[in-house]
Amino acid sequence: MYHAWLIPLLPALAFACISLFTKQWKWLSATLSIGAMVSGFIIASFVVAGVLQHPELINHPLVYTIRWLSMPGFIVNVGIQLDPLSAMMLFMVTLIASLIQIYSLGYMRGEKGFSVFFAYMSLFGASMLLLVASANLLELFVAWEGVGVCSYLLIGFYNHKISARQAAKKAFITTRIGDTGLLLGLLALQLIFGTLSISSLSQQIPQYQNIPLLITVAVLFFLGPIGKSGQFPLHVWLPDAMEGPTPVSALIHAATMVIAGVYLVGRVLFMFHSVPPVMELVAWVGGFTAIFAATIAVTQREIKRILAYSTVSQIGYMMMALGVGSLTAGFFHLWTHAFFKALMFLGAGSVLTGLHHKADVWEMGGLIKKMPITAITFVIGGLAIAGIPPFAGFWSKGDILDATLASGHVALFVIGAFTAFLTALYIWRMIFLAFFGKENPENHPKESPAVMTIPLIILAVFATVGGLIGTPWGDLWGRYIHFGTYVAPVANWPLMIGDTLLGALGIFTAWVFYCKDEEKVKAKALAKQFNGLYTLLYNKYYIDEIYMWFNHTMVDGVGRLLYLFDIYVVDGIVNGFGAFTLAAGAGLRVFQTGRLQNYALVFFLGVLAVAVLLAFTGPQATLLLGGVR
Amino acid sequence: MPALAISPTNFVLLSAVLFFIGLFGALTRKNAIAVLMCIELMLNAVNINLIAFSRFVTPQLFTGQIFAIFVITVAAAEVGVGLAIIINIYRHRLSVNLDDFDWLKW
Repeated sequence: MYHAWLIPLLPALAFACISLFTKQWKWLSATLSIGAMVSGFIIASFVVAGVLQHPELINHPLVYTIRWLSMPGFIVNVGIQLDPLSAMMLFMVTLIASLIQIYSLGYMRGEKGFSVFFAYMSLFGASMLLLVASANLLELFVAWEGVGVCSYLLIGFYNHKISARQAAKKAFITTRIGDTGLLLGLLALQLIFGTLSISSLSQQIPQYQNIPLLITVAVLFFLGPIGKSGQFPLHVWLPDAMEGPTPVSALIHAATMVIAGVYLVGRVLFMFHSVPPVMELVAWVGGFTAIFAATIAVTQREIKRILAYSTVSQIGYMMMALGVGSLTAGFFHLWTHAFFKALMFLGAGSVLTGLHHKADVWEMGGLIKKMPITAITFVIGGLAIAGIPPFAGFWSKGDILDATLASGHVALFVIGAFTAFLTALYIWRMIFLAFFGKENPENHPKESPAVMTIPLIILAVFATVGGLIGTPWGDLWGRYIHFGTYVAPVANWPLMIGDTLLGALGIFTAWVFYCKDEEKVKAKALAKQFNGLYTLLYNKYYIDEIYMWFNHTMVDGVGRLLYLFDIYVVDGIVNGFGAFTLAAGAGLRVFQTGRLQNYALVFFLGVLAVAVLLAFTGPQATLLLGGVR
Repeated sequence: MPALAISPTNFVLLSAVLFFIGLFGALTRKNAIAVLMCIELMLNAVNINLIAFSRFVTPQLFTGQIFAIFVITVAAAEVGVGLAIIINIYRHRLSVNLDDFDWLKW
């Protein structure tokens, strides 16, 4: 347990080693990277075992730090904070990152920059693990930015493609908008409390009286998670992030990056809890994002894009759970979502490999015959996300809806329930279109190699049983991860049954439209009938276009105005100085006759003037002449 | 003090007269060599002043005299350089008339 500091360090060392020494030897690089991550996973397993043996860590986290920098009034101790929350995250991140890296061996085979890819993946994992284990918010912020940089590098990995470059830029800039708020929030916390250590903040903030100030700080703070976790209105980067290689999308969407925001909110939930209005904001942003992204996902055609909007929607769920005050439900969904979303992304990657990167689900069909393992694991992921018992998503989604209803947020509960229906609908629409129905004769798919399918199978196992640790009958999860006092869950039968029915209804609707109906006549007719709505959804509510319009008119417009200001005012002043000097020179050079005797005369008259001045004003005049005494 | 004894006023007057003769010459003469000679005259007027004041104000010390010797030395060097310049100009222009020399103009 005391070796938890090694977990972020090992992948960081692997990154340094690969980028400095072993770049030429592809397999050595990959081995180093995977080895570091798997060792991290083993240590993390021991950490989890240790946490399970020491329940006192729930309220008194194990913190060990070293001094990083110290100035008068500003001391930063960095280190590791271990409690059930961080132990769970360490375990989950290392597990999923290991599986994704192993999968990448197959997916990235023969790609240019194989070693570099693994170096970036290691750094990505290291940043995320440091973020998770941080004992100090400044340390966390450093890791937070590290995650941002790595996502930039990896989304733009195919940097010969202009769309990849643009997506990388978009991700970086969009999250940066949120990060600015987070940084301001951190500075404010440092100014108010004089420390950024999470454990001392958690003791000081609940006693703090100046609520309006704390609200401002919390809202600023929340901007960071909005950007990083792709919440409305900063969600636009996340669907574009699939421009990177598919394992990267899986890592970003499941285990790193986007859940960093959720994790941060959970980490400082004590602060949000002190300011109920901000909690409401978190809940509503989450709830709105959940339904907003789900409606978009229903109409999308590209397999990874559907999954991307699904992630946005599911992260919204987690935020909603945190906003209504349930750390347990929010993080339980984070845990289960990580497995089934990683599973589906990797499955999508397997499909793309089989189909030579044809991404439109309408052009697939019948893949289950040629790619059975991919299809079956994908179906398990689909059952999990749709909330069918006993798969993982059922328990976590049920927890969220339960917590939302229990806290009295009926409107949010209705939104959440409807989103659950939409989730089942869009995921199963994709599954029916891609894996069932008629085969497309243009495709010649073949099953991916074992190095890719084995991680899929492992993830499918977790997606099946991962939720069983948090059932009302054996609530291991909630006993360790909760906020405030622990309340044992009771089985809410009507909700559980309703929840299942919603999921089943979604799957059934998808089946009616996209599987039973071979030619998809009804689906097409429906799209035609609600053409306006369909176009609106298909174009993602035109949010990107609105942002671009804003950029082009407002930002560029202001830029043009400032350009004119620069041309006419700033340049005018600078050029004015030059022109003045020139004119002055032209005027004064008349006196430059070149005749020595003229000069001598002027010289003499000058001396005379000084003499006269001295004669009439006395010695004080010397002061005027430069203070000679 | 005898009635005909030379007073500081006499020295100052002499030096002033010499100085202004030199100045007038330096500003008005067209011949470069004459201008140089006039400058010598001005310098010597200053020398007379230095020695006279040294003699009447601090007779024990030789500050003024020493300064005068310095001035003579510097003047000799200056005349040497000045004459060399004038000779060079003469070789190019065959003239020592200052009106012909306005090369310092812009």
